[in-house]
Amino acid sequence: MNNARLRLPLALAALPLIAFLVLPVAGLLLRASGEDILDTLLGGQATQAVALSVRTTLATLIITVVFGTPAAYLIARKKFPGKSLLDALVDLPVVLPPSVAGIALLVTLGRRGVIGGMLASLGIELPFTGAAVVLAQLFVASPLYVRTIAVAFASVDRDLELAAAIDGASRWQAFRSVTMPLSLRGAVGGAIMTWARALGEFGATIIFAGNFPGRTQTMPLAIYIGFELDLRVALTLAAILLATSFVVLAAVKSLSGRWVETA
Amino acid sequence: MIGSGNSGRGSARDRARVAAAALSLSVCMGLATGSAAPRPGAQKDHARGDITLTVFAAASLNETFHRAADEFSAAHAGTSFIFNFAGSQQLAQQLVLGARADIFASADARQMKAAGPAIDSITIRVFVRNLLVVVVPSGAGRAVHRLADLGSPGVKIVLAANAVPAGEYALRFIGRCSPSEGFPVDFMSAVLRNVVSYEENVRAVLAKVVLAEADAGVVYVTDAASASRRAVDTVDIPERLNVIAEYPIARVRESAHPAEAELFIRFLLSARGQELLEAAGFTRAPAAAKSTDAKPADTESHPHE
Repeated sequence: MNNARLRLPLALAALPLIAFLVLPVAGLLLRASGEDILDTLLGGQATQAVALSVRTTLATLIITVVFGTPAAYLIARKKFPGKSLLDALVDLPVVLPPSVAGIALLVTLGRRGVIGGMLASLGIELPFTGAAVVLAQLFVASPLYVRTIAVAFASVDRDLELAAAIDGASRWQAFRSVTMPLSLRGAVGGAIMTWARALGEFGATIIFAGNFPGRTQTMPLAIYIGFELDLRVALTLAAILLATSFVVLAAVKSLSGRWVETA
Repeated sequence: MIGSGNSGRGSARDRARVAAAALSLSVCMGLATGSAAPRPGAQKDHARGDITLTVFAAASLNETFHRAADEFSAAHAGTSFIFNFAGSQQLAQQLVLGARADIFASADARQMKAAGPAIDSITIRVFVRNLLVVVVPSGAGRAVHRLADLGSPGVKIVLAANAVPAGEYALRFIGRCSPSEGFPVDFMSAVLRNVVSYEENVRAVLAKVVLAEADAGVVYVTDAASASRRAVDTVDIPERLNVIAEYPIARVRESAHPAEAELFIRFLLSARGQELLEAAGFTRAPAAAKSTDAKPADTESHPHE
């Protein structure tokens, strides 16, 4: 009853912001034509950008899961000095403007950077390479995964792990057959958010990795440069990026929705 | 279930909150639009002569235009400036898509043409020229000592993207380095193989060289002059290989202050304006300082309505 009565004023209050969020998306889709999208996907420089985006974001995702899972477990479960500091540091890249991230990467891993200088003497130069694209994405996007799965780890009922241990399970077995399955939705949701953020990464990439078609020009860079050269290509890529991001977000929502239902 | 339980409790209070939120939102939007919506200086007459000129200018004009504006404002009390510096190609697109401005200064004729529909084309005239130079990081380990080194294997070169005027000029310069000038036969392709990034404006090219991430970049002489002397060295490009960049300037068709915009353009073309530009390393425009009614450059393609 109350619920129904409140619906109208709530809807009225929400309308301006919702309209504002939806309209630019609709405007973009109206300007992009389906024919162009097909043409773009079937050839030319835009395909290179799509392929590079797919390759680099998958690499980012794999590295994030491999190194981010233990990091999240450490943060969620272990007590150690400086834990809250580490916790804050891990979140820092998410709130940094991407341009700051790019400059930070450049002055650290660039040829005259603290670490980059050492790498350069070994013959490894990161800026302007595909590796730099992945590092930029990793820096801004991996904390999303770490944060999400750390929360999932923390919310697993310790008694269940204890029960497994009592039944003779080793720590690893308990982790694999109790903790991990119970954290799986968090892991998948976090992984998808990281992947989507990596896909949209622009500022750190153009500063640290530069812009070279086929090598470091990901979709967001191609959209930015294309905006000035060929608006049609830019619109098309933007529509593709938008559609992909929407599918990803919808997947996350439905996953987390089921999570709430089963909980 | 959870949702209805929450909103059921204290619905009157909730409604009050919603109303307050809606109110504060509309107040915020009112504030924002109040300051952002009017055309540049559309409220011109509230205090006679108090106007703001919005100038879209090529990234390479950054420091110089600030200096010119300061001097102009000192002579014309009540006129202030808002600048939007970026690659000319980006500014042209913004103008075509309806950005409000009074003046557009492009680093090449191509982008002035691209901005065509937004430009009052009979006001287009070249106001200054620029030349290219190769910049290299200063200090040890320098990979490029002379122009021919640009084609050496492993040299990392950064150029502006082809859409950027500086990028297009750079390609023209490299194309002029022919065998008859003492360069190897495949010089151009060797140089292009060494390009590691096509940056979005000429200042981004300079930044990558200042940070020594690139071994060389092609920028305007004025950019090299603006960088700290300790950060970059230059390799000069001989006159016969160099490309003369001609900067056109024009009034934007929907300028709110056409008269003042014209005054500022004339100031740039005046002896004093040209002096300021030369001090920054630019080259005097052909028609400048003699007469300000230079002949229109682009009247046939975009007739003025």
